[in-house]
Amino acid sequence: MPGIRDRVAVAGVGATRFTEHWEKDQEDLLCEAVDEACNDAGIERKDIQAIWAGIYYHTTGLGGAAAVDPLRMYGIPATRVENFCASGMDAFRNACFAVAAGVYDVVLACGVEKITDQGSRGLPNVREGMHPFLPAASAPAMFAMAATRTFEVHGWNKEDLARVAVKNHANGEKHPKAHFRRAITMEDALKAPMIAHPLGRFDSCAVSDGAAAVIVTTPEIAKHMAHKDDYVMVKANAIAVYTAQPMYKPSFDYIGFPATQGAAKMAYEEAGVTDPFEQISLAEVHDCFTITELLNYEDLGFCKKGEGANFVRDGLSAADGPLPVNPSGGLKSFGHPIGATGCRMIGEVTRQLQGRAEGVQVRDPELGLAHNLGGPGAVCSVTILGRQ
Amino acid sequence: MVAGIAAWGAYIPTFRLDRKTMGTAWDTPSLPGERAVSAGDEDSLTMGVEAALAATAGRDLSKLDAIFFATTTSPYAEKQTAATIAAVLDRPTAFTADVTGSLRAGTTALRQALDAVNAGTAREALVVVADARPAEPATATEQLFGDGAAAVVVSATDGAVDVLAASGVTEDFTGPWRRTGDDYVRAFEPKLDTEYGYSRSVSSAVKDVLSRAGLNADQVSRFVAYAPDPRTSASVAKRLGFTSEQARDPLFSTVGNLGAAHTLLALANALDDARPGDVMVVVGQGDGADALVVRAADLIGNAKRRPTVADLIASKKMLPSYEGYLRFRRLLPSDASDPRSSTVQYWRDRRQALPFEGVRCLDCGQVQFPANRACVECSALDRMEPVKLAKRGRIFTFTLDHLVGGEYLETPVPKVVVDLDGGGRVFFDMTDVDPATVHIGMEIELTFRRLHDGAGFHNYYWKTRPPRTAAVAAS
Repeated sequence: MPGIRDRVAVAGVGATRFTEHWEKDQEDLLCEAVDEACNDAGIERKDIQAIWAGIYYHTTGLGGAAAVDPLRMYGIPATRVENFCASGMDAFRNACFAVAAGVYDVVLACGVEKITDQGSRGLPNVREGMHPFLPAASAPAMFAMAATRTFEVHGWNKEDLARVAVKNHANGEKHPKAHFRRAITMEDALKAPMIAHPLGRFDSCAVSDGAAAVIVTTPEIAKHMAHKDDYVMVKANAIAVYTAQPMYKPSFDYIGFPATQGAAKMAYEEAGVTDPFEQISLAEVHDCFTITELLNYEDLGFCKKGEGANFVRDGLSAADGPLPVNPSGGLKSFGHPIGATGCRMIGEVTRQLQGRAEGVQVRDPELGLAHNLGGPGAVCSVTILGRQ
Repeated sequence: MVAGIAAWGAYIPTFRLDRKTMGTAWDTPSLPGERAVSAGDEDSLTMGVEAALAATAGRDLSKLDAIFFATTTSPYAEKQTAATIAAVLDRPTAFTADVTGSLRAGTTALRQALDAVNAGTAREALVVVADARPAEPATATEQLFGDGAAAVVVSATDGAVDVLAASGVTEDFTGPWRRTGDDYVRAFEPKLDTEYGYSRSVSSAVKDVLSRAGLNADQVSRFVAYAPDPRTSASVAKRLGFTSEQARDPLFSTVGNLGAAHTLLALANALDDARPGDVMVVVGQGDGADALVVRAADLIGNAKRRPTVADLIASKKMLPSYEGYLRFRRLLPSDASDPRSSTVQYWRDRRQALPFEGVRCLDCGQVQFPANRACVECSALDRMEPVKLAKRGRIFTFTLDHLVGGEYLETPVPKVVVDLDGGGRVFFDMTDVDPATVHIGMEIELTFRRLHDGAGFHNYYWKTRPPRTAAVAAS
């Protein structure tokens, strides 16, 4: 199978600030992100031929009209994509496939979520349509159960988790679009109120609103757009879907996410990556919770199983380390408007490769990785981007 | 009579409220002792299931041909509770009936079960009785009432307890009552009920049943009777010629007036302590009275099980404040939205919800839940056989979740992933536990609860808790 390596280019990226947008609605946010992406690519809305939009909550928009209505781009193909917290990067995948298939020249991938309108502490419950009696758990609870296992199996502790929060908030302090632009101390992280044992408030990402957009086209067409000299190439994009009910699967060990392992394997093969720690210059990974980032290091092959805590403790994922992880500040600093996150990550990695990161700029990167994880490890999308 | 009692079981909720706490909350005089309080996810059905499981533990249920459920507080005005208990026990062919409306519903159901077994229409019959009566806030009644359940298995063959005689009297008497639509149990003049309604019906039923059994009061080792309150309990026992030793431990100070469940729970308590040959007079009262004379048989020791009623009384948690009780009883109005559910899905997955059935893969042997056509581990298709899952296991991993239903709670809800004894990994809420004590490897058992009222019906399912007997050992 030929795959999409080097057949699709990122021509422009845009994102709103991620924060509590009390005075803006979902439509406003989507328009803002799409306009920035169009301006970045040097195109107009009318140049877009098809849309894929990542939106998770059914309360905030159903169908392709959720994107077409606010943009007033009637009569073109538009599809809403829902794939848990990886909805945004799945929208990007669909856009890439459409271009690689030769069906469209210029496609918009975007994602948005307006969570503060839901009036909920934490992510709003999705009880509707759920099973009558099988119990539900909050998002922090689903990931906390992995932390509990790693404490038991690897001997990790709250301090191992806190180091991730301290690192990512230090990076986020420097990013103008981050929800939280304040560094924290180990003490802040360790003393924060508990959300779902053993995860405290600083182990969890915030509830935020936001939108992000990516203009996807062919390398040939990108040469005639604004970033004709520094458009970014899609080296690989893979998605792997695993069970959304790992708590009923006896072999699920809760010390890693098979969805990430599967998506990484596919993406590395497509991009020709054989030694991710050496070859990947930077990564934006899904740190919905600190424990998730520690497990991501292992699942993405940056280190061996059980060494995730050492990876951050030894500074290997620091902004000035050998493999900077979440130089933007990650979900820890940005929050996680579900559908928007995947497209925001594509934007962050694109800007890093172009040397114009809005926050911390990694030195001279060649290959960047974006990792979007959804459900309690039910779905993972890994994208690898590279310079021309 | 041939039919006897082969097994018994009881359920008392974990929570207690000190009556002093209730008096302080309302600035009213406090009665002595404490009362049992069912939690917000418990009702007469869930407590009845707990008692039914205790009474039938370790028994072959294939001969269980009749199931009676007795209560004055049915979860539904129109829908049978005994049928749900039959579903949990997986006895779909059993004759089922609810006996309701009277405080003597429990003893009435027991008499019906004895009649059914004696008549040969049932080889074995199960009597389940549970009550959680609503009392008006700030009244002595609210302090006096308690919640609980009991169950007995009636059998013609292996009776651990012989039934020597059963009889009763019926009398229309407006003692305590509750009209359809009333929020709380009402009473007009308790003294009238005590002197005329209660005392007279109990006296005449007891005298009649003793003469049928050919026994005198002094040949009785224990007098086990419902009474509206401790004072009436003592005075009527005395009037009938029973000593305070014979009428000991009427349960008011530890659990309260359990309504329809009181007599059989007290009987279960007495049977836990009974020696072969002990004779007991068992009385239920309400619109008349039922009375039975029972005698512990030689093999009663073989029928004794744990947790005993004493174990259930001992394994408790004190509610720190009256507000906890208000919340459990839903006495405060709430704007919380009604989570959705589906009677269609609940019906389709009924074998998982009630009998708690999983499947085993014939190819790889993995026991799993919920049921699926394809194996969760080896993906083999249509190679599943149904399997009854154990109601015990150990925690594989867990969290203590403060975010529940979109609200932040100070006291978290333990969410546990459990490896069940004999296989199957299942995710549960945990209840009746100090969250700080939850740990990987912790032993748990299942408890039947009312999860929520999505789609406007009661969604019943299982939660986990520490084994009640372990709680006794720890305390």
